[in-house]
Amino acid sequence: MSHDNMPENKLPEAHDASHGHDVAPHGDPFADPGLPVHQPRRTDIDERAAKRAERQVSLMFIVSMLATAGFIASYVIFPIDKIVYIFPLGHVSALNFALGLTLGVALFCIGAGAVHWARTLMSDHEVPAERHPIEADDEVRADVIEQFKTGAAESGFGRRKMIRNTMIGSMALVPLSGVVLLRDLGPLPETKLDHTGWQEATPAQPIQLINMNTDLPMKAEDIQVGSLTFAKPEGLTEDDEQFQEKIAKDALMLVRIAPEDLKDSDSSDLGFQGILAYSKICTHVGCPISLYEQQTHHALCPCHQSTFDLADGARVIFGPAGHPLPQLKITTDDKGFLIATGDFSKPVGPSFWERSA
Amino acid sequence: MKKLSARRRHPLAALVVLLFALAVTGGLYAAFAPAEKAQADSSAQSLAIDEGKRLFAVGCSSCHGLNGQGSSTGPSLVGVGSAAVDFQVGTGRMPAQQPGAQIPRKKVIYSQAEIDQLAAFVASFGPGPVVPTKDQYTSTSPDDVAKGGELFRTNCAQCHNFAGSGGALTQGKYAPSLDGVDPKHIYEAMQTGPQNMPSFPDSTMPEAQKKQIVAFVRHTTSEEPNPGGLALGSLGPVTEGLFGWIFGLGALIAVAIWVAAHTTKAKKS
Amino acid sequence: MSSASSATTGATKPSSTRAKPANKGEAAADYLDGRLGIYSLAKANLRKIFPDHWSFMLGEICLYTFVIIILTGVYLTLFFTPSMGEVVYHGTYAPLNGIKMSEAYASTMNISFEVRGGLLIRQIHHWAAIVFIAAMFVHMMRVFFTGAFRKPREINWLFGFLLLFLGMFDGFMGYSLPDDLLSGTGIRFMEGAVLAVPLVGTYLQMFMFGGEFPGNDIIPRLFTVHVLLIPGIMVGLLVAHLILVFYHKHTQFAGPGKTEENVVGMPLMPVYMAKAGGFFFLVFGIIAAMSAIATVNPIWAYGPYRPDQVSTDAQPDWYMGFSEGLIRVMPGWEIHLWGHTLNLGVFIPLMVFPMVLAVIAVYPFLESWITGDKREHHILDRPRNAPVRTALGVAWISWYLVMLIGGGNDLVATHLHLSLNDITYFVRTSFFLVPIIVFFVTKRWCLGLQRRDKEKVLHGRETGVIKRLPHGEFVEIHAQLPADKLHKLTAHEQLQPMELPAEVDENGVKRKIGRLTKLRAKISKGYFGEYSQIAKPTAEEHHEITSGHGHH
Repeated sequence: MSHDNMPENKLPEAHDASHGHDVAPHGDPFADPGLPVHQPRRTDIDERAAKRAERQVSLMFIVSMLATAGFIASYVIFPIDKIVYIFPLGHVSALNFALGLTLGVALFCIGAGAVHWARTLMSDHEVPAERHPIEADDEVRADVIEQFKTGAAESGFGRRKMIRNTMIGSMALVPLSGVVLLRDLGPLPETKLDHTGWQEATPAQPIQLINMNTDLPMKAEDIQVGSLTFAKPEGLTEDDEQFQEKIAKDALMLVRIAPEDLKDSDSSDLGFQGILAYSKICTHVGCPISLYEQQTHHALCPCHQSTFDLADGARVIFGPAGHPLPQLKITTDDKGFLIATGDFSKPVGPSFWERSA
Repeated sequence: MKKLSARRRHPLAALVVLLFALAVTGGLYAAFAPAEKAQADSSAQSLAIDEGKRLFAVGCSSCHGLNGQGSSTGPSLVGVGSAAVDFQVGTGRMPAQQPGAQIPRKKVIYSQAEIDQLAAFVASFGPGPVVPTKDQYTSTSPDDVAKGGELFRTNCAQCHNFAGSGGALTQGKYAPSLDGVDPKHIYEAMQTGPQNMPSFPDSTMPEAQKKQIVAFVRHTTSEEPNPGGLALGSLGPVTEGLFGWIFGLGALIAVAIWVAAHTTKAKKS
Repeated sequence: MSSASSATTGATKPSSTRAKPANKGEAAADYLDGRLGIYSLAKANLRKIFPDHWSFMLGEICLYTFVIIILTGVYLTLFFTPSMGEVVYHGTYAPLNGIKMSEAYASTMNISFEVRGGLLIRQIHHWAAIVFIAAMFVHMMRVFFTGAFRKPREINWLFGFLLLFLGMFDGFMGYSLPDDLLSGTGIRFMEGAVLAVPLVGTYLQMFMFGGEFPGNDIIPRLFTVHVLLIPGIMVGLLVAHLILVFYHKHTQFAGPGKTEENVVGMPLMPVYMAKAGGFFFLVFGIIAAMSAIATVNPIWAYGPYRPDQVSTDAQPDWYMGFSEGLIRVMPGWEIHLWGHTLNLGVFIPLMVFPMVLAVIAVYPFLESWITGDKREHHILDRPRNAPVRTALGVAWISWYLVMLIGGGNDLVATHLHLSLNDITYFVRTSFFLVPIIVFFVTKRWCLGLQRRDKEKVLHGRETGVIKRLPHGEFVEIHAQLPADKLHKLTAHEQLQPMELPAEVDENGVKRKIGRLTKLRAKISKGYFGEYSQIAKPTAEEHHEITSGHGHH
């Protein structure tokens, strides 16, 4: 605020050093000079300024009322799917923008009005309030301890040891009921985590690998070097009630690696003509790892960046995963379709205590 | 005789014979040659190949060899197909400026006609994916966006992010943003698997599904509004956190400073 | 406080004999007082004094965002279906038309696209949560760096810490509820983390999820915990936190008239009612405007959760970012022994995660053990006057930031054109090195500021006026600081390092000094020894310099 239209005689005198609370020439120069004398604000001494502040506060409250009216109007006027272009936000929902902004203004102006009122028109005298120690004095303390001792003695808690011990025992046991009740939260793990849906496959009754995109079985020549394909077991569809649980373990990542690039013979033996079927579920904490770099043959997990070398038996070459991606043994049936004849040799997904390999 | 010879000299006769001959040779060729090669032989095409060869010798052969056989600085181009050339040159990735973790997208320096000529030349090395026609990558069904979305989340979002904003790969490589990429180039990338991107050939991802993915990418990167306001780069919670700290808490602290500050005094002592 | 005296006399008398109320308002107040005892309560609190400082309002930001979260959260429960039952979406959002999803996701889509204002309330809820935890964090740092956690406020520090801790987890559960692709990935992480717990991991996992991941139970269960259990505990802690703030009275910075025995400021009624009450509306207004301007958690773009799908940039909300960093940069250690697997790559970060927070939580108790200071403290420290504490705090923040960078390593890589792997290696090293470097730099910085304060007190401030001395030398005139500044700059006390008792006592008997005592003496020297603080100017030094005329 400027001083332009304020009558000079209403301004307080500038303080000089004689005001008592400034420098004491002798003694401690760092002593507490005490609370400074209160200085008036313009609104304290100039009625016109006070009136102006009053109008400003009211104006903010009025703007708030208008904004609330605007909020209700926007709610009624804008269809929910109306999109408008607002610079620099882009194409946004007209309703969301209008409701948010009007609500924001309505609320903000109430706050701004109240604070402006407090800052300009309410007293700004700083006053001290005494603190009292939190600790009780010794007399109270002694009194309370005495009372407690009396109470404890009257209860006989310390004397009647049998009551005390049995009571502690009963209190300690009773929460067990609550713990027992939690048992049915879920089944026991047993060997559920060790197997996947592929365990249904046997050499006699193999399971076809089904292309995630087309829902069709695949032939070996469909999988080209450098391509990436995701697969699921035959018979698993989105309509399956257990689809989410099953796909969380069965999902496969199929890649084909040129023979000269294969580094691990065990791994290539599990594959078919360089087609390798790895679990898509990261062995770190279970994200679907599928950031496949076809030139380096590295697969990166988007969650925590564990990196596996798919040409080398999915060995972990970087990041927090502790063991390679499990690989599914695949071959082809007499019609040339890719099939699995058994489960993964190791449990898929994140490791767990009972995991043996 | 006269009649016959007169009929033979009918002005259109030569054309009919020529068309007939062309149809027979073309039909025979189509019957015996691999599908990709069928288009590779017409006089216009061979002209293009010649022109492409000249362009190739100037702009590409230093790395890829005069006949695309490859060298220590550039891979062999035998069998990459015209789609790969159209993608690499059409997005400015080729010719590459400098070696690095990844060749970035940059300003395109060839005209589309020149790119087509280069593509024709490279396609002549051996069969490979062909530049798609407009019908192949232009969706007409409104259902395609939703179907493409699901395919995108299965096949693409892991690298390119849910909104096609791109993401990091290992050792400085990255999956680029799909924002503003020509639908044809998106299609070609899926066909050919440029650089470290795996390919999604028609054998595992049929043409129709590629079209659906293109439809989704187009929709999500350029047509879809952000009903809630600024998209903050569509990068997930990291930018949301930054925005919350800087603009949210920042504004609140600025207001708190105003609330708590002493009101200006009428005159300073 | 004269107005209060009449109320006390009133309270001691039977209410029937009380003087006739002057108006209806007083009559209503009398009615309530007869039943609730409001006069005694109001006597202590109506004109309660609060000091003015912007940093004292950080806690209010937390309080108000919490209230906003509860208000909007209640609204959201009216429309949200916490169920993992499968439905096919046929709502107005075309890009998901015909897609299978859980009812939780479908109802969140409904809130965002079919309920008018639903998107706004969702965004207010989420933005408020992001700001809530950020504000708690900054509030905690304010309390830390000013030493406001010292006696008698240690317990309240713990309450505040628990609020932060619970707030983080409630936030995590909250953004997991919509069952979108991003949050489902977060729940998958949680499953993997639980599995990594030795011995009982698989059992815990089965009990949490009601079977194998993801099952049908986790969303409804998280919902109950998110909307009932944790908020309930938080409300309790919050009330206790506020009662203690009132009971202890607010701390204040040193200044003229401010002592350990008083609090200087303005009264609750009317100034702080208007300022604090108004601030609620300001906070709500800003959060509402934020929600009009910027999208948060666009679940429609992520798509519904499926365990075989994922998007890159899979990060948690910012407050879980440091744990994400720990998980990302941890080497993949795994021990296979006797048919069992110990997944240290996950288990170690899982244990370090609470430790990172615990070290800051227990700090007040550590410091009070080191100083042995049993007095109450109501005057705040300037951070520079407690160099070791400040350096520890800044080192902790730098540690936290390093972990945050680790949590966003992929975005750092793409946006700064760096290698993801290099950033991870950098974070691994920085995790150990950066806090140490930052500690020493900060401590030095504090000591430098202390020296500057001392210089100012003794030689005054630079006036900018250049004087030419008779022999031609130019000097700048320094002006004495006013008394209030002098007091302010010298009001802090400087503790001296703890002295170990002599090895041999006055009777010549060898004293046994415990190891802990020796350790304490050592740390105490580190805190208050000659290299850890600049002795503040004494009155004598000041006199000597100010009496020597002409000396600048």
